[in-house]
Amino acid sequence: MISPHGMTIIVKKICQFIAPTIFLFGIYISVYGHLSPGGGFAGGVIMASAFILQILSDGSLLEKLKSERWRLELSESLSIFSFLILAVLGLLLAGTAVFFGNFLPPGKLGQLISGGFIPIGNLIIGIEVCASMTLIFVALIIFKDEESE
Amino acid sequence: MGSLLPLYIIIPLGTAFLTLIFGRWLHNLGKYLIIPAMLFLTGLTIYFVSQIPQTVVYRVGGFADVLNIPVAIFLVADGLTNILLLIISIVGLLVALYSLSYTKQYTGETKFYALFCLMLAGMYGVVIAGDIFNLFVFLEIASIASYTLVAFGIEKQQLEATFKYQVLGGVSSLIILSAIGFIYWTTGTLNLADIARQLPQVKSFQLFVSVLLIGGFGLKAALVPFHSWLPDAHSSAPSPISAMLSGVLIKAVGAYVIIRLFFNIFQINYQIAMTITVLGTLSMIVGVFLAIGQWDFKRLLAYHSISQMGYVVLGIGIGLLVLATGGQEKVAILAITGGLFHMLNHSIFKALLFLNAGSVEYRTGTRDLKRLGGLAEKMPITSGSSFVASMAISGIPPFNGFFSKVVIIFAAIQAGYYWLAFFAVVVSIVTLASFTKVQKYAFYGELPAKYENVKESPFGMSLSMTILAILCLIMSLLIIPGVREIFLKPAVDVLMDASKYSVKVIGL
Repeated sequence: MISPHGMTIIVKKICQFIAPTIFLFGIYISVYGHLSPGGGFAGGVIMASAFILQILSDGSLLEKLKSERWRLELSESLSIFSFLILAVLGLLLAGTAVFFGNFLPPGKLGQLISGGFIPIGNLIIGIEVCASMTLIFVALIIFKDEESE
Repeated sequence: MGSLLPLYIIIPLGTAFLTLIFGRWLHNLGKYLIIPAMLFLTGLTIYFVSQIPQTVVYRVGGFADVLNIPVAIFLVADGLTNILLLIISIVGLLVALYSLSYTKQYTGETKFYALFCLMLAGMYGVVIAGDIFNLFVFLEIASIASYTLVAFGIEKQQLEATFKYQVLGGVSSLIILSAIGFIYWTTGTLNLADIARQLPQVKSFQLFVSVLLIGGFGLKAALVPFHSWLPDAHSSAPSPISAMLSGVLIKAVGAYVIIRLFFNIFQINYQIAMTITVLGTLSMIVGVFLAIGQWDFKRLLAYHSISQMGYVVLGIGIGLLVLATGGQEKVAILAITGGLFHMLNHSIFKALLFLNAGSVEYRTGTRDLKRLGGLAEKMPITSGSSFVASMAISGIPPFNGFFSKVVIIFAAIQAGYYWLAFFAVVVSIVTLASFTKVQKYAFYGELPAKYENVKESPFGMSLSMTILAILCLIMSLLIIPGVREIFLKPAVDVLMDASKYSVKVIGL
């Protein structure tokens, strides 16, 4: 069980320092998914680990986590829905008119902005995976804390 | 026409996530969205059926073939998928209508409808997927949504059932995934049509992979000896979900895939045909004898699902056997027609029976047949429709179950499998006995004093039960020559021209 007050100030400060870096690395892995190994899923898990690190070091404040839960649920649903919209846009736009059609220009091979909608899709999957991983963690903490109360 | 195929995936998924996003503020959004969505999909399916049967192919992403290798994700619709699409749409629509009143007893109705839509998306996806890996992905979507839905009431019994279901479902997914791995290893492709083209060149592994696939999808279809999860899961789930699981899920993700794989993808061979027939016969016999002793209304129905799926698989198995031994084509056609027709009929009457059980439980709070009785006066619609469904499942004319069973029995006799015909008749008689018991203990006999004030179920529930009861009668017409050509024959043709599948889909 995680103590409600968290760990010592040394751990907290170091986590505050490290977590944003981890988060940034997660975004990097997601966005460069079409160029290098990684992609939305791996990046999302790394992003989620930043949040989980913060929760572990700061301690679980049950009320605060409960209030955060619906935002996680919402961002999860919203990101899946926007992925669906991305796929349907390919169907609706005249250029491709195919489900999952790549309606954006392919760009130049090897550049960051290339591959049409693949980087956008990777980013959306990253958000989705991050939200659901954190949600699972938060749900487990809430379950454990409520049980012990 | 082909361009409409992705709608089967877009609409259920869109409905599910719209419900989840806005459900926090608009509590009834799920209810308002699901009926139009299902009406639209049913209309779309009827449009597909009414077209001249042809194989429709849709390439997701629009990628063209590279060096004659199909690289796009294929969505395929033909005569066989039309039957499954119709089952999913009609039963889905009526169950959704029934759920509108039934789910009032739960908190978190929004999540119920979202999961329901996800399950539908998974089943539609399995049916129209043209490559085996997407088939697996959609299978998992449908399965995981159904694990959650079985436990929706979070009672002790439901959690236990869903745990069992998840463990066995996980085992079956693992088996299927490893079979897919072997297929990819030997053929280097995942596209079903391309696999069908490559397999004759690769003799090794074929039998091994077939056995793995029969095991995996047999678990999903709850054939004996893989049936142990079904009675728990189907009896403790909320009733609309039981109706979906029994009426649709075990067919769409179990029986359909077995039929598709062993007719169109793998070459028909005698050992596999024999295995499938034996499994079908075993399910038919074991299921019914386990059912007759049950006193829990829904558990009894769940065991009958195993038994009736046995009929479906038996019909298909006889068809395969006749084709494998080089018998008369006419007999094979008869057997396959019987199997597919029974699949269609079973989805209608078994869904109806589960909805009846649900509405009895909704009003009286129990499923124990010993504590019920005399409900015919108090709940005339439930009682009447359950009578129709009971007669249909026991094979009494003029209801639909009679015709499909007769076709299967005739096919067995013509093919020379007299024992199978005998077993089919005996099982049908035992089924009748067991449903006479249900009728007597639930709806006739003496009304216990505490149920004096029981009322008929709410309007939505009664309406969907009535429509299903009428469908039980109308479905009988499908066997008449003239009507049969529109609907059953295209599906049978797809299976009879087994080797043409890959030609029709990838055009090579």
